[in-house]
Amino acid sequence: MAVSDTNVSYVRTEMLAESAPPAREAGAVKWIRENLFSSIPNALMTIVSLYVIYVVLAAILPWMINGIWDAGSLNECREIRDARGGSGEHGHGVACWAVLVDRWDQLMFGFYPSELYWRPVLAFVLFLAAIMPILYDTLPRKLLYLTAAAPFLCFWLLWGGSIWAPILVAAGFVLGWAVAKYASPAIGQLGATIAAIVVPILYWLVLVGPLAGALNSVLPIGIQSVQSREFGGFLLAFVIGASGIILSMPLGVALALGRQSDLFIINKFSVVFIEVIRGVPLIVWLFTAQLLLNYFLPPGTNFDLMVRVIIMVTLFAAAYIAEVIRGGLAALPRGQYEGADSLGLNYWQSMQLIILPQALKISIPGIVSTFIGLFKDTVLVVFIGLFDPIGFSNAIRADTDWNGIYWELFIFIGLCFFVCCFGMSQYSQWLERKLAKDHR
Amino acid sequence: MATISEPPSEGFRISQLIYDTRYRSLTIQVVATILIMAGLYYLANNAVQNLAELGKDFDFGFLGNRAGYDINQRLIEYSNDSSHGRAALVGILNTLLVAFLGCIMATILGVAAGVLRLSKNWIVARLMSVYVEGFRNIPLLLWIIVIFAVMTEGMPQPRDFRGEDAEASMILGDSVAVTNRGIYIPNLVFTRSLGGNEMDEAGEAVVPSSSFGDLALMVAVLIAGFFASGFIGRWATAKQEATGIRPAGVFWMRLGAVVVPIAIVLIVLGATLDYPELRGFNFAGGIHLRNSLIALWFALSLYTGAFIAENVRAGILSVSKGQTEASSALGMRPSWTMNLVILPQALRVIIPPLISQYLNLTKNSSLALAVGYMDVRSTLGGITINQTGRELEGMLLLGLFYLATSLIISAGMNVYNNSVKLKER
Repeated sequence: MAVSDTNVSYVRTEMLAESAPPAREAGAVKWIRENLFSSIPNALMTIVSLYVIYVVLAAILPWMINGIWDAGSLNECREIRDARGGSGEHGHGVACWAVLVDRWDQLMFGFYPSELYWRPVLAFVLFLAAIMPILYDTLPRKLLYLTAAAPFLCFWLLWGGSIWAPILVAAGFVLGWAVAKYASPAIGQLGATIAAIVVPILYWLVLVGPLAGALNSVLPIGIQSVQSREFGGFLLAFVIGASGIILSMPLGVALALGRQSDLFIINKFSVVFIEVIRGVPLIVWLFTAQLLLNYFLPPGTNFDLMVRVIIMVTLFAAAYIAEVIRGGLAALPRGQYEGADSLGLNYWQSMQLIILPQALKISIPGIVSTFIGLFKDTVLVVFIGLFDPIGFSNAIRADTDWNGIYWELFIFIGLCFFVCCFGMSQYSQWLERKLAKDHR
Repeated sequence: MATISEPPSEGFRISQLIYDTRYRSLTIQVVATILIMAGLYYLANNAVQNLAELGKDFDFGFLGNRAGYDINQRLIEYSNDSSHGRAALVGILNTLLVAFLGCIMATILGVAAGVLRLSKNWIVARLMSVYVEGFRNIPLLLWIIVIFAVMTEGMPQPRDFRGEDAEASMILGDSVAVTNRGIYIPNLVFTRSLGGNEMDEAGEAVVPSSSFGDLALMVAVLIAGFFASGFIGRWATAKQEATGIRPAGVFWMRLGAVVVPIAIVLIVLGATLDYPELRGFNFAGGIHLRNSLIALWFALSLYTGAFIAENVRAGILSVSKGQTEASSALGMRPSWTMNLVILPQALRVIIPPLISQYLNLTKNSSLALAVGYMDVRSTLGGITINQTGRELEGMLLLGLFYLATSLIISAGMNVYNNSVKLKER
């Protein structure tokens, strides 16, 4: 029995060492096979895309990288380019970024007095510091005091003038808060609420003007004042955009609540307001602000075009935000409303504590995309004679030094808008993920 | 015997208007009405006073007056002797034209980009993300100006097409010329036009032409063809449901119902193509698409297409994966899965935002101003207002036009929404 003698076992007693996966099933090769060349149409699409990317980059990259930064006019740029002996046959051999260096101040600040550039810069820093505690709730809550003061400080820094006017206007809010807090034992809660609205309005309308004048003559503290028409470039876009965003939010919430309200008159008024505003393009509203607003104001009034634009942009964005929030309100299950009622909360309590926090959370993407739209729409003011970045790009081209320069300015302006808007949308996605409580 | 004591009936007190929830809503509404009325009265009163002060009245009679300005692109007969009302109509048609063209192209771009962004191909998906994010985050106005600049600065002049070894050449078999003055494309003309041709002595048409009648006939025949095709489809489905067998060749019958009548009309009218050709310093013949139209059309389509892509993507993602798996488990082919399971559910999510994007496109077409395209805002809301000084009336009409358009479209959307809404019990 030869077999038993040799005692050969046909079963392995020890494990084989793991061998590496086949080269085509691992690492980059596998990834490329699966993602780029999984089938013939897929491979074709990959090749076409790569070719498109190559063509675009081959055209743009050398043009951008070899760009000239140091020149005083387009002709100088062309001379430098020709001196380099570069690819200058078509007249568009390399970019002339020098226009950005040369006109940087105009693109950023418009006609703002150059010795005062520190003021918009400081206001911008203040604005960033003020919105930080709103954007990130891990920051110390004490910073919210800065947030409350920031609008008045920014206003004062940008427009200048006496410090008393913004202080007295801010005091109106404090006055309203004080009335609401201390008057309620005397005249009841409802009376105090009404008084807290009426008293500051009367104060602003009647007292602030004379009081500011008086205080200013006693103690003249102020900085050089700057007219609205001197604003321009990205400063203008930021001022209109930020004011519009800040002012349209509360108005939008109010309109959304109005449209969901059971009160017939308020409901219909909100519906008509929202639909009329949304039905007509912003540009028509801006022309209305420019041409028609004076018809509807008392004879002889004439106020700042920029303020009119801010009012129109705010109303426009508020109508869109109202629709977004209405969607959020409608998406809440009925049980949330009934639960709030069964707890005995009144309308405002239930809205504030139960309904709005949830509805606003659902509406974040829509609200932020409305804000992005508003910020992009600030360029439309060029049509009514304000100098936003696009208006300045036209003005720069009208100058003989830079006549014929297009792409450098467009790319720069586009890039600035892209950074701001893309940042906003990324923040909203981050916030959405952070606030998501379900499907963990 | 139990006696039920009635609660003491109190008289109505004034404070109930505020503290009693039964009356409070009434109070609030009355106060709101008074405030709104007072506000409106204030505005109207100011307007009346201001108008009186400026010596203006409120009158739409100016619409009948001679306009006195030319419009370079017109779909209907118009000359500077026509009325302001006619100019407004030309503008409205131009707005609707660019909106219509834009909606079609934006839908094609948007659906393609939205589907490709979900592609498994990494490069294609990234490329589409770049397109979508780039167009969504940069103002439309900038895109319009950029495309206009590309057309006017980057394209060859008509004279470059001249000569034996010309620098530029026409594309698509010498039928389309892309120049810095716009794009010239062939025009469809008829030797036996319904509008009548210029005839020579032998009764032959000298110059083929086209008229409104030809166009209307073609559109009518086309619509009738689609109806007939739909009828055949329903007939086939009914037959299939009754007998279990779908009649053969339905697809070809439906195709024929659309194609054959229109082909007959084209032959009867004697259709030929009128190609653009270089004459003198410019191209003549064909249809001239001006740079303003091209810039506005492409920019609106690309911009709105990026938003539509996001809607399409969201719609497809909203159909849960289980639906696809279930339909595979039932043994359906991938194409059936797409057509019968995924698309019907995705469309319910996609269509409402899609229509509001169409609405946005129509409203955004008012940016035509940036490139001098003569839309309704430029004729009625621009030159007419400047010439007549009727800001109030002009802006009112302009606003009403846009408002009516958007309300009609939203009403249509509501009807659609109600018809596809999930019927929950």
